[in-house]
Amino acid sequence: MAYPKRLDGRKINETREIEAKAGIIKRADGSAMFKIGKTVAYAAVYGPRNLHPKFLQNPREGIIRVSYAMMPFSSKGERVRPGPSRRSKEISMVTEKALLPVLNLEEFPNAVVDVFIQLPQTDAGTRCAGICAASIALADAGIPMKDLVAAVSVGRVDEQVLVDLCYDEEAFDGKVADVPMAVVQRTGEISLLQMDGEIEKDQLINALKLGKETLKKIFDVQKKALKEKYHAENGDEE
Amino acid sequence: MKQLKSQIINGLEQDLRFDGRKPLDWRKIEVEYGISKNAEGSARVKFGDTEVLAGVKLSVGKPYPDTPDEGSLMVDADLSPMSSPDFETGPPDIKAIELARVVDRGIREAKTVDMKKMCIEKGEKCWFVSIDVVTINDGGNLLDACALAGLAALKDTKIPKLEDGVVKYGEPTKDSLPLEKEPIAVTVLKIGKFFIVDPLVEEEDNFDSKLTVTTTDGTICAMQKGGNGTLSVEDIEKMVDIGIEKAKEIRKHLAKKGAK
Repeated sequence: MAYPKRLDGRKINETREIEAKAGIIKRADGSAMFKIGKTVAYAAVYGPRNLHPKFLQNPREGIIRVSYAMMPFSSKGERVRPGPSRRSKEISMVTEKALLPVLNLEEFPNAVVDVFIQLPQTDAGTRCAGICAASIALADAGIPMKDLVAAVSVGRVDEQVLVDLCYDEEAFDGKVADVPMAVVQRTGEISLLQMDGEIEKDQLINALKLGKETLKKIFDVQKKALKEKYHAENGDEE
Repeated sequence: MKQLKSQIINGLEQDLRFDGRKPLDWRKIEVEYGISKNAEGSARVKFGDTEVLAGVKLSVGKPYPDTPDEGSLMVDADLSPMSSPDFETGPPDIKAIELARVVDRGIREAKTVDMKKMCIEKGEKCWFVSIDVVTINDGGNLLDACALAGLAALKDTKIPKLEDGVVKYGEPTKDSLPLEKEPIAVTVLKIGKFFIVDPLVEEEDNFDSKLTVTTTDGTICAMQKGGNGTLSVEDIEKMVDIGIEKAKEIRKHLAKKGAK
């Protein structure tokens, strides 16, 4: 089973079409929409705010709490049962860890920053889309941050190393590896890495390098979304 | 809080609300169909800043023993903590349960979907219709918005292909759901002696009593009284009249769905 050409005709380092917007939810302190191909993620940030129950409070620094959820009608197959699942809890946790390195939590001891991620439509790469949206939403909320975080999935389909696998590629009948990765913009360090499938070490290293290059474009999209919102708020014409 | 309430009432005495509307004005209503391609049907509804999404998923199962020749339908609502600082994570609280049940009753009791036509094989196989509503931004009046989104998602639904009793998701047929009626929920709030529709969050925090009236072309199919205050029969008569009248304006926005 060779994979000479991608199913949707993309180049190996080409993501699906990306769109991002900041400030889409008025009640939230910060919010964003991030769309990659047919995967759509909304993120809303509330806080820093009081943390209950009290025993969770940390007098040295604040905490970040992420809640990831796919909407019940978002998936290609059957309805997704609402409420936390093992999968959604794990994704919430790794998303927290992906975002942590850029947050100045010491600036809000005892408090919590809540990040809610919801996906109305999915086609692979949901955790990465969620992280991209959350990073924009945190910046939009004015949470003290050192940097932005962006994420994309990389991997291999047959012998080809490529970025941003779509659902049909993940389901390819052959050797497939899916490696979601998140990167801190300026340091280039990796804050989320998972993988499932089958991959050789050389392929993995190539994939990570390819991912880091691709993420530069995604950082630009994130920054553009933030700038557009603040231009709009200040009444500047673009 | 008391001060806010007296400000609201002062405004209403001059026929005016915080956002400049008259007591019985809707905010700008927007209905957008097909917002989630993986759902069998979906819609986004906005009332001003309030935004909700609804999606329909179909599955095949065994009919309930008491209705062997009918399909079945269920509405679930997620008052997502994304949409308001007042909503918390965790299992649905009483507010979400009440909302889902009021929307469910409106759609069910109006006989919106001809459930007999949703039976595939008597006593053996039927369609289950799951309507899920998720709130995105709570700018007030989530209930009316959720009820409208649920109905719009039903209107958008295409039944998927069925092969040997297995649903082929992502392969829709040309068949829409057998829709018979269009129930519209209108919640009328009573604040002091005044009646308003399409409340803002500030108004929802300060009302005395309310009545959600769900109607199909003038026939009432579901009601729910809420709030700590009471209502007289005269109040209810007025509120039902308002509910029927204001539903007409919403219907215009639904009607736009035709070519798809």
